[in-house]
Amino acid sequence: MNLLGFKTLFCKEVLRFWKVLLQTLVAPVITVLLYFLIFSHVLEGRVEVFPGVGYSAFLVPGLMMMSVIQNAFANSSSSLIQSKITGNLIFILVTPLSHFELFLAFVAAACVRGVLVGVGVWVVAVWFVPLSLVHPLYLLLFAVLGSAALGALGVIAGIWADKFDQLAGFQNFIVLPLSFLSGVFYSIHSLPDFWQTLSHLNPFFYLIDGFRYGFFGVSDVSPLLSLAVAGAFLLLLSGIAYGMLKTGYKIRD
Amino acid sequence: MSAIVLDGLHKHYGPVHALKGVSLAVEEGEFFGLLGPNGAGKSTLINILAGLTRRDTGRALVLGHDVAREYRVTRRLLGVVPQELVFDPFFSVREVLRIQAGYFGLGRENDAWIDELLEALKLTDKAQANLRTLSGGMKRRVMIAQALVHKPRVVVLDEPTAGVDVELRQSLWDFIRRLHREGHTIVLTTHYLEEAEALCGRIAILNQGELVALDEKQALLAHGIGRSRRLCVTTRAPVVALPEALKPRLRRQEGNRLEFELVRETDSAVAVLDALRSHGAEVVDFATEAADLEDVFVELTRRRPS
Ligand SMILES: Nc1ncnc2c1ncn2[C@@H]1O[C@H](COP(=O)(O)OP(=O)(O)OP(=O)(O)O)[C@@H](O)[C@H]1O
Ligand SMILES: [Mg+2]
Repeated sequence: MNLLGFKTLFCKEVLRFWKVLLQTLVAPVITVLLYFLIFSHVLEGRVEVFPGVGYSAFLVPGLMMMSVIQNAFANSSSSLIQSKITGNLIFILVTPLSHFELFLAFVAAACVRGVLVGVGVWVVAVWFVPLSLVHPLYLLLFAVLGSAALGALGVIAGIWADKFDQLAGFQNFIVLPLSFLSGVFYSIHSLPDFWQTLSHLNPFFYLIDGFRYGFFGVSDVSPLLSLAVAGAFLLLLSGIAYGMLKTGYKIRD
Repeated sequence: MSAIVLDGLHKHYGPVHALKGVSLAVEEGEFFGLLGPNGAGKSTLINILAGLTRRDTGRALVLGHDVAREYRVTRRLLGVVPQELVFDPFFSVREVLRIQAGYFGLGRENDAWIDELLEALKLTDKAQANLRTLSGGMKRRVMIAQALVHKPRVVVLDEPTAGVDVELRQSLWDFIRRLHREGHTIVLTTHYLEEAEALCGRIAILNQGELVALDEKQALLAHGIGRSRRLCVTTRAPVVALPEALKPRLRRQEGNRLEFELVRETDSAVAVLDALRSHGAEVVDFATEAADLEDVFVELTRRRPS
């Protein structure tokens, strides 16, 4: 393994968003904070999803995971499409970095951004609502699995998309709906049967449900099931992304 | 051992057959010129070596290693300066070079070499500048530095002097010559016959994906390639009757503009001007230019039995 090579690409990818952190870290935290303030203001006291857990507290893990997911996806996908369109991707393609090292560096940087935004949301949220932390290990596990999976999805989308609007389409028609319809704002038990069944097909649901389990020790489905689904989801997306890098699909045509 | 071996290399882009079975070998220590008109397949060939493009069939080796199967080895041996001017707008010149070295597993121990490259390419005072703020010629030099940052044994330059002013071209030539003296194998593509003539030992000519000539520079020149020169003369009034001696050399005449084709070693431009003047024509301007590659390709393709 070309460890220094991997580390260089990883650090470069981190530096890339760090240099514009207002846009890549601060802005997403503020967006999520607005969701939080509005929804918790409207619904606090009216809805109790889990016994003993207020709505505002219930909302925080979902919002955290949603921002982890969206920002991890944004990081790898935007980096790839930008360097594809400006052409500077070649500087990476001519190096001895292996397909796997490339993949790992993009995904790891996406994880860092996702987790940083998640932490940012948490830091702000605890000012407004007291939060328990029942299973910190689960929390970490789901944050890493979720951001890695979406980082891998970002690699797929960034390689596949030829134009920025195709990438925006990917984001608006896949990532955004799936993350909104995954039980961020509600427990899926409150949904009609049909929508409950449908939610169970959404991998993001398991990411958020498992993540929430880390906070409260209660969840809609078993955290082990969520863990298994999240792991399988990550493996599937990683396999596709790795395959695309290996065959050079669209980047070494 | 050969620095580069290509063997029956084919490449299609959809319906375009960009390389039609190209085979050639470049020996270690050579200064090799790869010439050809637009769309001949030069960049395609280089991109296959660099791993930026996949071949369909055939073999491509760098110092005996297959560029696809052993890419981790060949990419350390090879430094490629791509044709397109591209850059990473997020970083400064020094950052970009450090990052590029890092990809090859080189850390701070490589900083001295980076300084040397900056110095040699006259970029030292731009080291802290963001790539965005550099001129085109400076960006081109940064790309050259990036390709050399891991001290590759084989250096491939895809039109390094395109769009570069005369002074810079000269200093780039000096720099590339120095790399060659220091033992690097150099492969260079260019559209300027002069450039290939000034620098290269052997020259390959590619046309429509096929190798149409491959020989020592002198041998190619002896075949008449690059021997002709064009002389354009403007006279005050149109020349009505041309001196007999000049007629075989005339290629074109438009109003008061005359265009002659001269053989470089035997014909003298001054003699042509003298002949015109003694014939009563008043020369107001003249210029000579090298035959361009197009002429050479036409000539070569004509000569090839097909
Ligand atoms: N990515 C690509 N997709 C489709 N066709 C391509 C691609 N790259 C090159 N081609 C085609 O392959 C042929 C060879 O192109 P190439 O860039 O290798 O030529 P070249 O000799 O480098 O020309 P130039 O002197 O203009 O740089 C051309 O017909 C070109 O249109
Ligand atoms: Mg080219």
